[in-house]
Order: sequence, then structure tokens, then C-alpha cells
Amino acid sequence: MLEARGLTKRYGSTVAVDALSFDARPGAVTGFLGPNGAGKSTTMRLILGLDDPDAGEARIGGRRYRELDWPLREVGAVLEARAFHPGRSARAHLTALAASNDIPRSRVEEALGTVGLADAAGRRAGQLSLGMAQRLGIAAALLGDPGVLLLDEPVNGLDPEGIRWMRNLLRSLAAEGRVVLVSSHLIGEMARTAERVVVIGRGRLLAATSVQELSARSGSLEEAFLELTADSVDYRARTT
Amino acid sequence: MTTIPSSQAPDGRYRFAQVATMEWIKLRSLRSTWWALGATVAGAVGIAVAVGVNTRDAAADLTNNALAGIALGLLLTGVLGVLAVTGEYSSGMIQATLAAIPNRPLVLAAKAAVLGVVALAVGEAAAFIAFFAGGAALPPTVPAPTLGQPGVLRAVTLGGAGYCLIGLFGLGLGAIIRHTPGAIVVLVGGVYVLAQLVAGFAPAIMPYLPVSIVANSMSVVQPVAAGQVRFLSPWAGLGMLGLYAAVTLGTGAWLLARRDV
Repeated sequence: MLEARGLTKRYGSTVAVDALSFDARPGAVTGFLGPNGAGKSTTMRLILGLDDPDAGEARIGGRRYRELDWPLREVGAVLEARAFHPGRSARAHLTALAASNDIPRSRVEEALGTVGLADAAGRRAGQLSLGMAQRLGIAAALLGDPGVLLLDEPVNGLDPEGIRWMRNLLRSLAAEGRVVLVSSHLIGEMARTAERVVVIGRGRLLAATSVQELSARSGSLEEAFLELTADSVDYRARTT
Repeated sequence: MTTIPSSQAPDGRYRFAQVATMEWIKLRSLRSTWWALGATVAGAVGIAVAVGVNTRDAAADLTNNALAGIALGLLLTGVLGVLAVTGEYSSGMIQATLAAIPNRPLVLAAKAAVLGVVALAVGEAAAFIAFFAGGAALPPTVPAPTLGQPGVLRAVTLGGAGYCLIGLFGLGLGAIIRHTPGAIVVLVGGVYVLAQLVAGFAPAIMPYLPVSIVANSMSVVQPVAAGQVRFLSPWAGLGMLGLYAAVTLGTGAWLLARRDV
């Protein structure tokens, strides 16, 4: 179980995340939705302890991220597509991360195989396409076989085959009893992948419910999302 | 519905050994590491030979002459130290590193241990090879110094240690500044440019500058004096340079723990 309680983060006078509370449960893909700038990425950084909240906290299985004994064995995260050194091979990148959490070397090859990077593993990671970089990020997240997965916009840069692969991967990871929290602004894709949604706007919680319930409000998830976030977007083109 | 347990997690929690292993894999898996270290040794040896060939005065500090290349090579291990941190920020790797190991001072300590040991080993190799190569390059009229002569072993060993301490100084600067160009400017400015300026305007602080500590205190057999300026003794120089590294690393660790990534 992943719990956010009253998470608040300010950058100067801007409130990026505002007293945000929600749960993400095991066994379901939870879509984390919001317009650009809603605070999705900031929330994930707060959960991982990369940024310090001004108030509130996030707990993973009852513990703060910084208290975890073997973080990569409990939480796998993909925040940026290219969170690796471009001069290092994909294999060396994963081997280093595995070593930090005492994860057996064999897991590196397994994770490379799972994401389809086995053939490119020896290349300098800077040469990977955006789609392959996303896959390397997923491989890093899966290294420790964690019970919680946090993914920020994981389908960016993926081709249609990759998007389908990601959808199936996320669903099967959830079906194994994991917590899977996935942020996206691609509502149609989330409607097909997630069972539950957490919708935020301007850092505040707008809805936390099932995809089915939210879709039923307005006929489709997209309509419901646009209605919910109507007051939370900074710029919107006029529709005539 | 319960969170699935992590499969066969070992007892306890992550410790220094795991973090140091990660940092060693990171350091060795970048080609730039080996270029920088190779160039450090080649530079020290090349300059030692050039100085040796052109030596005519047998009364000069021939050991210090043979170690003349160290002052320039310090830049390479210094930059290697800077990049060990700033390279992670510029690539985004720092997020992966700190998500794997949330204890940030421990990460910096592991980086310091790995870089320190590698820079010390390579630095000592550079110093000793330069010493022997420089001696061998001397003209027949000038007898080569030997390690058995008073102060020679100390000068060569401490000269090699200079690389390590400047590498750690660079690592601390990288952790404080976080941006590659800024940290390198401060490193080069602090180690070299400041020395040039100070030599003209404030000679009294000259003995405390990193480059003159390595060149004029740690790697000398005969004490160096230039006019009114008295340089530090070899061991005081070692202590002062160690203090610089410790202060920058301590400040870097403190900032790393407090700042958002």
C-alpha cells in the first residue's frame, strides 16, 4: 500500500502540491492524472524522498522511503526517461544499481530480457532511442522485483507496439499483487490500462475513484477528466 | 490485499559496502575515467623525462624536478572528482542513485572512498614511474637520486598522494556546486589561477594554495624558499591539503542531504 497524507510542496510562492492525500492499492493499476503542471512529477519526487515536502508525508507499506532497508527491492521508479549516464552501457548501469541493493547479477540479464534490451545492453546508453531509454528505465525499476512501482509518463516515446507492451506489462505487474502508480496525460491510454484513478489539478486532489465510476459520470473518462480539471488548467484554447 | 513481499531480501539494510560497489562499477564503466587516469600517468612521466634530459645542475632537487609533472596532472584527477558528482546531475543519473540509496552522505562517502583509492593507486604509480623515468633520463654527468636518500621516498610518496587529495577536493566541489562548468571553473581557478594572482599580490598566502602545497611542500626533498615566502613542511602540507578535501567534502555532504535533487 502506498499512502500520501497531506503532501505539500512549495517552490517560492508557487504551491506545486497542496495538502494531497490519496492511496494506491496493491493489485490494481492506478492512473495518476492531471493537466500539465498539476504536480504529478513533484508528487512522485516527494514519495521517493528526492524532494522534501513542506508538510505531510508519503508511506510505503507503512514506512517512509528513506527508512526502507533495500529501496530498490521495495519500490521501482521511472521518473525521467534518461536517468542514466550516456557514456555507460545499459548493462553497466543496471549492474551498478543492482549492486547497491545486493540484487543478484542474474537479475540484470532477466530485466534486460523482460524489456527487450538484451541485444542493445552493451551499447553506450546515450545512443538509445527515447523508446529504448524508457525500456531501460523500466528494467531498472524491475531489478529488485519490488512490490510498488511508480512510473512517470512511461509511454512517452514508445511506438504503438511499445505502448501495447507497456499496457500489458503494467496490468500483469498489478495482477501479481503489486502497487502500480502511473502518471499520464494520455487519458485514452489510461482508460484502457488503469482500474483506478487519482486526478489532481493545481496540486490538489480532484478525484480518487475507479475508472468505471469516473467514466460513468460523463460518458467517458476523457469527458469526466476535462470537466474535473476545467478550473485547473492554466491555458486553454477557445473552442468555437 | 497486501503488498507482495520483496523476494528473498537479505537481512539488514544497505551499507557502505554495497554503495561502494555501486560507485566502483560506475567509475570503472566510463571510458573517460581511464582516459583521465592514463593521461595523468603519461603526463607525469613525459614531463619527468623532459625535465631530466635538460638537467645540468647536480645540486638541484632532482626528485622534485622528476615530480614536476604532478602539478599539471592534478587537474585531471580534480576533474575526475568533479565529474563523479556533476556527471550524475547533468545526466539525471543522480535520481536513480539517490532512489537506490536515500542516505546521501553515505553515497558521497562511498564516492570519496572509491575515487580516493583509485586516485591514490594511480597517483602513486605516476609518481614512482616519473621518479625512475626522470632519473634515467638525466645526463651521465648528473647522478640520479635514489629512494634510499633522505627525504626522497617521502617526496615521491606524498607527491603521489597529492593526486588523491585534489581528486577528493574536486569531488567535494562537485557536490557543492553540482554543475560541471561551474565546478571546473572553481577547481581550475582555485588550484591554478589563484596561485598566479596570489604570487604577485599576496605572496604570504602562497604556501597555502593547493598547487604550491603539492609542488613546493609535499614533493620536495630540499625545503623551498622564495624570497620572504616560507612554504609548509611536507607533513604540514599533507595536513593542509587533507583539510581542504575534508572541508569541501563535509560541506558537500551537508548540502547534499539538505537540498532537493
